[in-house]
Amino acid sequence: MADKARGSSDLYKETLLAGLWRENPVFRLLLGMCPTLAVTAAVKPALTMGCCVIFVLLCSNIIVSLMRNLLKPHLRILMFTLTIATFVTIADLFLRAYFPDMSETLGPYVPLIIVNCIIICRAEACASKNGLAVSIIDAVGMGVGFTGTLCVLAGVREVLATGMIFEVPVMPGAFVPWAAMGMPVGAFITLGLMLGLVNLTSKGRA
Amino acid sequence: MDTVNALILAFISIVIVNNLVFTKFLGICPYLGVSGRIDMAFGMGMAVTFVVTLSGTLTYMINNWILMRLGLDVARYVCFILVIAGAVQLVEMYIRKFFPSLYESFGIFLPLITTNCAILGLCLFLDLWGVGSLLEAVVLSFGAGVGFTMAICIMAGIRENLKMADVPECLKGAPITLITAGLLALAFMGFAGMIR
Repeated sequence: MADKARGSSDLYKETLLAGLWRENPVFRLLLGMCPTLAVTAAVKPALTMGCCVIFVLLCSNIIVSLMRNLLKPHLRILMFTLTIATFVTIADLFLRAYFPDMSETLGPYVPLIIVNCIIICRAEACASKNGLAVSIIDAVGMGVGFTGTLCVLAGVREVLATGMIFEVPVMPGAFVPWAAMGMPVGAFITLGLMLGLVNLTSKGRA
Repeated sequence: MDTVNALILAFISIVIVNNLVFTKFLGICPYLGVSGRIDMAFGMGMAVTFVVTLSGTLTYMINNWILMRLGLDVARYVCFILVIAGAVQLVEMYIRKFFPSLYESFGIFLPLITTNCAILGLCLFLDLWGVGSLLEAVVLSFGAGVGFTMAICIMAGIRENLKMADVPECLKGAPITLITAGLLALAFMGFAGMIR
């Protein structure tokens, strides 16, 4: 029994760390690329987006985990999608009511969380096979890992594009803003180089 | 004549100027996943074009004629995703029946179209842009599919040549594809402001 208890706490830690780095959704699994590229022109929308994703991921993982024994295999993707769509609607209405300017900036990318591969992937790969506790921890790990990545990418792009972070200037006066970084070009190239960097560092360690 | 002109302009604008992949970042997952070979890329593009035209038209009708009228805006996302899932199922059955070899080569990517952001994204943008007529919605949906096909075919062509190139080890695979996409986006920025 004691062995089993230790085993489960190890499992929790393992699950949490997997989401944060080893199976980081963006860098390792290449999931959820669309929002990653679209909302990272500045840190603030990226952070908002990350919070929305954490909320939706957590709620959908909980619900899917609770109903996993009732699911018929051929209907499960449909049920996942409907669950996710419901929570995304809640998140969208919440943003529109309390943070109208953020809702304006993010625009259709909030409803697009419905088709964010991370959430379906976690529902399918984790929540539909595991109990409540593991699903919740997995959602937190993956969500925070995703948000972290988004913020790093957004930070790099915002500093290079405007010389500011959270609208506070951080670069020396001689710095010339590099407007292209705030545009689609910057998103693709920054993410590509960051993926390359991650590959490089992880290979050095292995 | 004015209507025809407006429709042609809308078509060109969605294919080139507001290309979903390069300016709205929609459909990046299949864009990275299937762009390895040009024939598969073209097949994927065709499938997406078909689904997006169908679901764009259907969601426009549902949104404007049912949801708006009944004040059921809250249910919009749930309805949209159901329509898209249904359309994908239809396409899947059709292709399995009539093009079995194409069906084999699609594998997992066909059901994945359901979660292709390009399709839901387009339906949401149709709503956001306040598209006036059903005809315009159809043209825009079809144009979005054509734009996606064009983008993914260009990418597949480049990637077939990239195989011969000497890419640094750590950049192989997704990173170099993203950087290439960035350069393509830069090229497509040249069209920005041409229309609207």
